[in-house]
This record gives sequence, structure tokens and C-alpha cells, in this order.
Amino acid sequence: MANSILQVENLVKRYGDVEAVRGVSFNVEEGEVFGLLGPNGAGKTTTVEILEGLRTPDGGRVSVCGFDPQRDSDALKHQIGAALQSTSLPDKLRVMEALRLFASFYKRRRNPEELLKRFGLEEKRNTFYSQLSGGQKQRLALAMALVNDPKVLFFDEPTAGLDPQVRREIYDIIEELRREKKTILMTTHYIEEAERLCDRVAIVDHGKVIALGTPRDLKAHSGGSTRIEVRLSKPESDATLKNLEGVADARVVDGAYVIHSNRPPQAIVSIVKHLEAQGNELISLEIASPSLEDVFIEMTGRRLRD
Amino acid sequence: MTNFLTLTRMRIQLTLRNKMFLFFSVIMPFGFFFLYAGVFARSVPRVVSFFLGPVIALTVMGSFWGLSAGLVLFREQGILRRFHVTPVSASDMLASSIVANFVLTLPTVLIEFLFARIFFHVTHFGDLVSAFLLIAIGTASFASLGLVVASVTNTMQETQVINQLIWLPLIFLSGATIPLATLPQVVRRVGLFLPATYLVTELQDATYANAAPWSPDVLLALGSLAIWAILTFFLSTQLFRWEPEAKIPGRAKLLVAATAIPFLLLGIWENKTNRTIARAQAMFDSLNVPSKSAPPADSQK
Repeated sequence: MANSILQVENLVKRYGDVEAVRGVSFNVEEGEVFGLLGPNGAGKTTTVEILEGLRTPDGGRVSVCGFDPQRDSDALKHQIGAALQSTSLPDKLRVMEALRLFASFYKRRRNPEELLKRFGLEEKRNTFYSQLSGGQKQRLALAMALVNDPKVLFFDEPTAGLDPQVRREIYDIIEELRREKKTILMTTHYIEEAERLCDRVAIVDHGKVIALGTPRDLKAHSGGSTRIEVRLSKPESDATLKNLEGVADARVVDGAYVIHSNRPPQAIVSIVKHLEAQGNELISLEIASPSLEDVFIEMTGRRLRD
Repeated sequence: MTNFLTLTRMRIQLTLRNKMFLFFSVIMPFGFFFLYAGVFARSVPRVVSFFLGPVIALTVMGSFWGLSAGLVLFREQGILRRFHVTPVSASDMLASSIVANFVLTLPTVLIEFLFARIFFHVTHFGDLVSAFLLIAIGTASFASLGLVVASVTNTMQETQVINQLIWLPLIFLSGATIPLATLPQVVRRVGLFLPATYLVTELQDATYANAAPWSPDVLLALGSLAIWAILTFFLSTQLFRWEPEAKIPGRAKLLVAATAIPFLLLGIWENKTNRTIARAQAMFDSLNVPSKSAPPADSQK
């Protein structure tokens, strides 16, 4: 698609001998929320920072709003907004000052007052950055990403390190931006975040895209089924489990048996029967509807969360 | 251009809110001032006037501490990265450091002049135009030195070590603490390779001995400090790093050595001609001449 607002083709980035990004390709369309989902160290942040013009790629081609982030970095920076990972503001900068300062760098600006209101920071307008809570800092970071009314937004791990309640606040903000048809590229290692917020997701592992599609499609293609996770008192071969009635797939992940099934009741019955016959005992059993985590497990044999 | 101005305003605001600034840029210079004027000069107006140059030079040179530390802190905390995704350029960031520092240093220097007048009844301030030019170019050049220090060091600890290593010879070999005239010849010869020596001597020449801006000594000091300032500032833009983990390329470190060239050449020439040492000696000797209360305005060659 030649007219995608954001194009990444065969992107490669090395740090010394380590290949952090190994041939990543994807496109993001205008008005879409696109997620890079993967464990820490998968190359998500590096990819995003290359698109923002903060890092130089070692191979491949990228284009953002029609600009090459390396060659046209100045023009590009007027068009993008970003909430970076591992960043900060001066301790003694006040909230409103930060918004005004960053707005002043751009030709096109949004009213800082309105952003303050929208991100629930009105009462904090004169508070020093160092005195904000984690959630307030993150809300400010998102507000600052919008000061120039950008064409593309980059949110790198927007909820990392926040407690669940604050995380939901951030979700609300991103969902509102999604309704406004903002183009957003975000990274996350939270499955629920990707499923809830993203129109399309690229699952990234070891610097490569291992699956790409809408969360619904991705889940449909993975064993397509309910996940049954069991822990047993004695080891069992996954091949045997796989052959039981109602079981579509079974594999060992971190000592637990992850079983996929399209007919969960039959599967459970047959598992329990089999275990009884073997003199094995069920320690725990969990049933979950399929998630992107299952896609990840299927592709890599590992869990997303470490 | 406007980015540079808004950044400068922010830097000034932030510095004024910082208690460390109050100590290093206000209390310490004034401490030096009263030590020099009250103790070294024993409150004798003519001697206070003699020490005014060195004490102001100390205030001016102190610029590089706060500048290097401030920039390294910004980089370490990931603050610079945030600016990097905006249209702000490295030179906006660096130039704002220099100008903010200038705006913050000038009042301290001014107050030192006022203190000399009020508390020590100094009426002789020599050539204030020369003094202002030297203060301005001196502040800019030592601030640039601070930016280079920030560029070549990776952590705050490293920065502070390098700062100490620079600061000690700067104040002890330049005549800023111990008058050049009383230092052993070997030490003076080394001192002639330091920018600080010319700043100290010519500030003294201006405030104590009325050296005019167009006098060869002042012009030489202004010119060499200006060239040095331009070189170091250029170098700092080349070495500037937004990212905490970015490495400095090896060839760039070679450039650091290049900034020593102006004062290396000047030092060699001065070691041959002994101009500056003779100037410092003449001013020092004039202190012991029981004068008609006027400083040796005529001692200008």
C-alpha cells in the first residue's frame, strides 16, 4: 500500500553484535491504532524510535507521513507526537509550563488549556513535575504528545509500571483518541491492552514480526479455541494429552500444560479420566477464552509475560 | 530562533528554582569576594581594587561547573530525549545553556562591583568597557568549556571528577588565587598556556590599571578567548548526545585536543615575550609603591 501513513520495510537495527530488529515490516493506515505486542527486548522500542527519528536504522526502509525520519527529520518532527519510554522532565518544571514550552516548538499548536482540561490536570497546573504521581506524569506525557496536533502519535509502553486503576485511565484516553480517528502506533507487552485498544496488532519476538492482523483474526487463527491450563503432580507427555478426546492442541509451557480445545467440557472430562487412570493428580485447572497470549505461545512456545 | 529563546527562558527559570545554583553561583562567589577584599586586601580600597579582577574572573570561570553538571543531568534523566522528538536542535539547546548562564552570572558580577563600592569604598573601577567585554567573552568561553566537559563525560561522577581536574589548575596557576607575580617562574610558564591566565590578568588590567578595550593586551585576551569560545562551542555541537547510552566517536575525542591549540600557540609566544607576566608583575609591584592614592593608570605600556 503506497499511501500508508507509516511504512516499515525490512527494518534492521544492530547494537554492536546484537541484532535488535531483524527485518521488521508493517504498514499503518491513517486513523488506525496499531500495536506492537511483544516481550521486553523484542525490538519494539527500537522500531518506534527509528520511526521517530531518534535512531539510525542499519537496513530497510521506513517512511512516516511521507518523510524519511533520517533525511527529513526536521519536517517530520512537526508532524509527530510521542510519549517515550524512559524519559523525564526537569524536576522543577510546572505542568502548565511544560505544555506551553513544548507547544512553543511547533508551527501548529493546540491550546494547552484545553489539553490540561482534557487530561484531568487542571488542578495540577502549577505543580512541579517531580511532585506528580506516576499516573499524572503519564497523563502529562500523553498531553504533551498532542501539543502540536500531530498526524501520527507514538506511545511507547504507555502504561508500563502503572497500577491497574491508573492503567484503565490511560486506556480511556487512548480509546477516546481512537474514536477521534487519530493514527497511533503503540507498543505494549500487555495482552489485554493490545486486544482492547488496537485495531491491528503485530506480534514481535526477537526482532521479528511473527504474526500480524486484527486481534480477532489472530485469535481465530490460533488453535481457535478455549484455553485450558492444568498443573499436574506428575509429569505427563504432551503428545498423550494431545490425543485425548476434545483436545485440539497441548504443550508444556513453564511446567504447566496449555491445552486448546473447541469442546472444553469433553476435553476436561477426558483429561480427568486419563489422569485418574495414570494415577496422576490435578493440582490446578484454569479455563480462559483465547487471547493473543495463546497466539504468542503457539508461535514461540513461551509465555509473553516473564 | 524562537526555540532557542523559549529554552533560554526555561533554563533561567529552572536554575533560579534550584538551591544548588544559589550556593554555587551566588553564595560561593560572594564568599570568595569577601575573603579577597576583607582578608587578602585587608579592606584597603586600592588593594581591593587590585583583587577585583581575579575575584570577578573566578565568578566568570565558575560558569562551567553548573553548565556541565546541568547538561549531563538532563541527559542522564532522559530529559534531552524528550526534546529530541521535538523540532528543537542541538545548537538551540547548547546556545540556550550559554545565554541562560550569561544572564545569571552577570548580576552576581554586578553585585560584586557594588559590594566593592559600598563595603570597601572602592572608587576606582578602571575601564568598565574593557571589563564588560572580558566578562562577556569570558563567561561565554568558560560556559562552552562546560558544554564540552558534558559532551565527553558519560556520568555525573565522571563530570565532577573532570570539573575538579580542570578547576584546580585554572584557579591556582592563573593568578586567580595567588597573584601571578608571586608564583615561581616554572608555574608561571605553565600558567601561560591556560585561558584563565589571560582572563584574570586582563580583567585586573582593566579594572585596576585602566586598560582600554583597544589596548593590545586586552585585545589579545579578547581575541584568543573568543576564538577559543567558538572552537569549544562548535566542538560541543559536534559531540552533543541526546541519548544517555550514546557513545562518543573516537575521532571526536581528537577534536577536544584541537581546542587547546589557540592557547598552546599563545602560550609559546607569551613564554618567549613574557608580556603577560611583565604586566602582572608591574601591577603587583605598583601595589607596594606608596602612591598618591591613584592606581598606576600610567603604567600602561
